[in-house]
Order: sequence, then C-alpha cells, then structure tokens
Amino acid sequence: MSSALRNISHLTAARLRDRIHTQIQNEKILHVKKKIDKGSSKKISWHVRIQRSRGWSGLSLRELWSFRDLFWILAMRDVKLRYKQTALGVTWVILQPILTSGIFAVIFGVLAKLPSDDSPYLLFAFAGTLPWTLFAQSLQRAGSSLVSGREMISKVYFPRLILPISSSISVLVDFLVGLVSISVLFLIYKVPLTWNLLAIPGLVFVNLLIAIGVSFWISAFSVHYRDFIYALPFLIQAWMYASPVAYASSIVPDQWMALYSLNPMVGIIEGFRWALLGQGEFSWISFGISLAAGLVVFALGALVFRRVERGFADVI
Amino acid sequence: MSDLAISIQNISKVYRIDPTTGGAASRTLQEDLVNFAKNPLRRTTSSKKQEIWALNDVSFDVHEGEVIGLIGRNGAGKSTLLKILSRITEPTHGFADIFGRVGSLLEVGTGFHTELTGRENIYLSGAILGMRKAEIDRKFDQIVEFSGVSKFIETPVKRYSSGMAVRLAFAVAAHLDPEILLVDEVLAVGDASFQKKSLGKMSEVAESGRTVIFVSHNMGAIKNLCTRAVLLDGGKALVDGDVDHVVQEYLITASEKGEWHTEIADREDRQGSGALRFTGFQLRGSNGSTVEAAVAGEAVEFVLQFQCNSEKIQNASIMIWLRDAFTKGLLRLGTELTAQSFNELPQEGKIICRVPRFSLRPGRYFIDLGADIDGVKADRVIRAVTLDVVGGDFYGSGKVPLHPNDGDLLCEHSWRLG
Ligand SMILES: Nc1ncnc2c1ncn2[C@@H]1O[C@H](COP(=O)(O)OP(=O)(O)OP(=O)(O)O)[C@@H](O)[C@H]1O
Ligand SMILES: [Mg+2]
Repeated sequence: MSSALRNISHLTAARLRDRIHTQIQNEKILHVKKKIDKGSSKKISWHVRIQRSRGWSGLSLRELWSFRDLFWILAMRDVKLRYKQTALGVTWVILQPILTSGIFAVIFGVLAKLPSDDSPYLLFAFAGTLPWTLFAQSLQRAGSSLVSGREMISKVYFPRLILPISSSISVLVDFLVGLVSISVLFLIYKVPLTWNLLAIPGLVFVNLLIAIGVSFWISAFSVHYRDFIYALPFLIQAWMYASPVAYASSIVPDQWMALYSLNPMVGIIEGFRWALLGQGEFSWISFGISLAAGLVVFALGALVFRRVERGFADVI
Repeated sequence: MSDLAISIQNISKVYRIDPTTGGAASRTLQEDLVNFAKNPLRRTTSSKKQEIWALNDVSFDVHEGEVIGLIGRNGAGKSTLLKILSRITEPTHGFADIFGRVGSLLEVGTGFHTELTGRENIYLSGAILGMRKAEIDRKFDQIVEFSGVSKFIETPVKRYSSGMAVRLAFAVAAHLDPEILLVDEVLAVGDASFQKKSLGKMSEVAESGRTVIFVSHNMGAIKNLCTRAVLLDGGKALVDGDVDHVVQEYLITASEKGEWHTEIADREDRQGSGALRFTGFQLRGSNGSTVEAAVAGEAVEFVLQFQCNSEKIQNASIMIWLRDAFTKGLLRLGTELTAQSFNELPQEGKIICRVPRFSLRPGRYFIDLGADIDGVKADRVIRAVTLDVVGGDFYGSGKVPLHPNDGDLLCEHSWRLG
C-alpha cells in the first residue's frame, strides 16, 4: 500500500520533471528561432546545428568550395615533401616511368615479341605507363591519405574529402613532369606531333575522375581496416595486368574482349596511345565506358565516403 | 541577457571500444575475413564491445561574449565536448546550436610537418584551420612577429626546438579571428614569457566580446580568464556557475579520487643497477587519503612503491625531482638532504615522503624518481608521473600568483615597515 503510494508520487515527480524539461526546451527553441530570424539582419555569420546525422548526406559542395585553398596547399605539401625527401627528387619522377617502360619493352617487346601497333615498343609502353602511373599513384597515395592525416582528422574539422582529392592532385603534378620527359623521347624517336595531342586534357580529366572515385572507396575502407593498405599494392598490380599498359589490347582474345573493355582504364590508356603516338582510331565507345564508369564510381564513392566519414575521428 | 552563442542540449557521446583488439575500434580485414569464413551467417563482433559514455546528457547555454572555463578530471569528457562543438566528431544523442564562426585550438601543431619550413607550415596550418590563402597573406607578418621565430621562418621546422614549433603553431591559431573560440589545454606549453603572451592574447580575445570556451587544468588561468565555469565529471555537467564556486567544487571532487600509478613498473627506459626499482606511485592528501591532485598550501604525501632485487639493502637514499614541462628542475626532495637513509629494506614496500605545506603554484608538473644504494645509482625514472597542483590557500589570504611570469614557487613571507 505504502509502496504503491510511493510509486505514484515517484511517477508524478518524473512526469513533472519531464514537463518542465520540455517547457524549457520549447522556450530555448523559441529563443533559437528568434535568434535565427534576427540573425539575417544582424552580424551572425551562420548557424549550425550539430547533431547525429542519419542516412546519406550530400557532398556539400559549398563547404568544399570554401576550403578550396586547402586542396592546393595540401597537394603542394605532398609534392614538396616527395621532392625533398627522396635523394633523386624530380629526377626520380622522370626516370621511374621511363625505367618501367624500358623493362616492359625488353620483356614484352624483345623477349615475348608482342605487337606494339607499329611504334617503337619503348614509346608504346611509355604511352601506357604514363596514364597508368597517374592512376596507380593516386590510388596508393590517396588510399593512405586518411591514415597518414590522422593527426589533422582528430584535431580539426575540415571536409575529409579534401585529403584523398588533394593527394590525387599532387600526383597530377608528377604526371605533368612525366609529360615533359616524354617530349624528349619524342625528339629522339622523331615522332610527328599531331592534333590528337589536344585530347590529353580530356583524357587526364577522366583518368583523375576514376582515380579519385576509386580512392574514395579505398581510403574509407582503409580507416576501418588498417591492414587493407598492405593488400592494396597487389590489387593495383592485378589491375595493371588487366589493363593494356605493357601490351596492346589487340592481343586480348575476342571472346574476352567484351568483359575486358568494362575495365574503365582500357579506354583511357588506349586513348592516350592514340593521342600521343597518333595511330589507330579513337574509340568513342571505350572512352564513353570510361567516362560513365568514372562518374558512377566517383559519385557513389563520394556518397559512401560521406556516410562513413562521421566515424573517422573516433576510429582513426 | 545577451544573445545565445552556443546552446548545448542533452548531448551524450558513446564511444565503443573493443577490448579484444586492445581497445582499437578499427579492425583488420584479415580478422573479419577469417571470422566470416568460419561463420558466414553471423555478423562478427559487436557483442564484445564495451561502451564508454564520454558525455552523458550535458546541457548548458553560452551567451555571446561569455568566457567559460570547462574543468574536470582526466577523462571527464572536456575534450570530447570541444570535439563535438567543433564538429570533429558527432554526438550520439542530443544536439547543439552554434551561432557564429567557430575556431578551435584543440591541439597546437596540427598539420605541422617537420620537413617543411616555418613559412610553409604557416600556410598549411592556416588553411587546415579554415583560413583562405589571402587571409593568411594578410596576417602573415603579424603571425611571424607574434611567434617570435622570425629568424627561422625559412628553416625546416625539424630544426626548431619544440618550444619554437609550439609558438609558431599557437601564433597561427591565435590569428584565426573566430566569433567563438574553443581552446583545449594549449597554454600549458611554451616558456613562461610565451605563456604570458598567449594568455594575454586569450584575454584580448575575451575582451573583444568574443565567446570562449576554455579547457585547462590550470585553475589560476581559469580564474583569471573566465567569469563562469562548468565542472564535468564522468561525462556529466556537475556544477555550472560562478568561476570561484565551481573551482572550489572541483578542488573538493579532485582531491577525492586518486589511484596507484603502477605503469612505472613497466617503464623500460630507466637507468641504474636495478637493485631497487620503483613500481608504483600514489599521491596522498593532508588527511592521508589518496588524491588526484596536490593542493598548494596543504600537506601532501608522495608514496613510492618499490621492489628490491637483492637481499639486505643498506644505505638506500631516495630522491624526487619536481620539474616543469621544460624539464627545468623546480624542487628536489631527498633523503640525503634530510640526512636520512633506509636500511634493511624489505623485498617490497612503500616509502613515504611528506611535505607539510606544498609550495608550487597551481599547474601541471612532472616527477622524476631516483634511488641510490650505497652511493650507486639503483634506479632513475624520468617523468615517472605527472603531478597536477590545484589552487589552495597557501598564503591564508585566498590569493595565489596567477600569472605564468610570476614563477612556480610559493614561499611564506611577511612585510613590515623598517
Ligand atoms: N576515440 C576514442 N575512442 C574511445 N574512447 C575515447 C575516445 N576519445 C575519448 N575516449 C574516452 O572518453 C572519455 C573522455 O575523454 P576526454 O578526452 O574527453 O577527457 P578529458 O576530460 O579531455 O580528459 P583530460 O583532462 O585528460 O584531457 C575517456 O574515458 C576516454 O577514454
Ligand atoms: Mg582533454
């Protein structure tokens, strides 16, 4: 009897507290509303509500735009560090694709005697290695960009998408240096310059689109699975052999061709060969596949990234 | 009443940690793949996870121009709250409304890269904190001047002393000019003159009508800068109100819970023969109960747990050094100074050093421990534990020197006309 009474009084007390609580909250919300109304005329620069986000969120391009300088500053940091830290610096960036192509030329051209569509094999391989390096290095660097930027992520707020994007931009700088070195090869082999070269910016754009898109997936994945970064080089290598970097796609058996051309890098690399060496035909179908794949991978990657980025600071 | 700047409503934050992975929340792919292969139908883990309520239903409002001190013990949730307010992490429950541009200084040196020069780092760190390049250009000279490292601005930061790097980092963040500033314990670094400068900058910010939330273990700085304080304890906002009152409450709660620091036993980077080794440390207050912080002006006891690795130890002398963050020695306590020594020590035991009136200014200090047997170095543990000193009433007047430039030592004195 007495315990029942206590229960009731306990209940009413709790209810009363709840009511007071909601009343206070309502007043606060009113206050907040008033403030927002006034805010438009007053100096308040903005209002944010911080709460747990649910479901998918958009890209918030406005915010990315307000941080636009950071993309460049971070990318330049990466470039400077890379050139400062390695003993050979810029030389290495130029030498690496040339050496790689040299190896391909010896193994696939001289030893295996694979066709190179009438170009010197070295040049042929180089035209494939150049876009591939841009792609592979982006994946490699962007993939580790979140883990290596963990200091920043846990101490400052900024749009996290900037980290993988700016790593890819920094690789673009290497690519431009690589383009300079190919012009030397052009002189040596006396390759005629063609109007096809004008397609390069478009190809680079799609190449980066795919690279950054894939990087979104990889970097998000690598925060949650620390050991993923060790598996990455193998994935990249497998992808390379599934792309016409060291060989011409003409040697792929016909029955595999349909499957093979689903690889978005096929269109890009073939496109580069066409643009640099000026031979064959430009395949709009392959390029279309690359562009479509790039857009899809990029958009989905960004959405997934935005979805999982909420937990980055807690986990990293 | 002025306008709202921040309104925090029932915010809770739950961290999930997985004790099986040593606390790390991130997992390995290998593990998950193996688990999946063993038992493809069940979702892995989640049952083993522990929940930590870093914040538990915290609500308070901050008005424009208010300077609020956020205080509480280690692990109380102060940094977590600032991380939520600066959008680094999301709350699990509740929400907060923020009116105005937020700048946060959760740790200086963010984004600093040691291979880059001071100049390059200013741009990098400024951009990460949300400044546009043009803004940094405009403030560049001011930043360099404030940092006092102008001579080294084209030198890679790896050639800086750690103090210089901190000065530069603080200088960048201090020029952020936000409407709301969140500061987490950054003033504890830097030398005295720089601390003075940073505190000056902080009060300048406060006086210019901006809103500040300031986290510190330095009760002097809190009292100096803030008018209001909030005491967090175990993730809850325990007390909220006038700064003197809240600090007093904190001192009471802070002195209640103290623990054994047994991590000393695992330290590998020690010197000495090892004939005697320190294995634990504990702080006791005036009434002999364990405390978390020493109170200036009151009795404190340092309890040292030890282990002997040889029989019949004779003529053991023990010493304790108190140092500031720059390893500058402030005090040495030692058996040789009091002309004592220990003989016939047991295999395991405790040695207690009592200081009747503790005379260091409120702040954070570091303790080195040492033991000699017969004049031979037996054990040295550098930075064995941190020692927090909270404000007390050393002079019986309720006053303590608050300025970093006033030195760290308190000393009984009196004045007369001669
Ligand atoms: N990323 C994380 N994952 C798991 N637990 C965390 C994480 N960050 C903080 N915690 C836990 O949350 C609690 C509050 O931590 P917080 O850093 O906010 O304390 P604090 O008040 O800032 O302490 P201090 O005075 O030592 O700085 C602690 O128990 C801490 O272990
Ligand atoms: Mg903290």
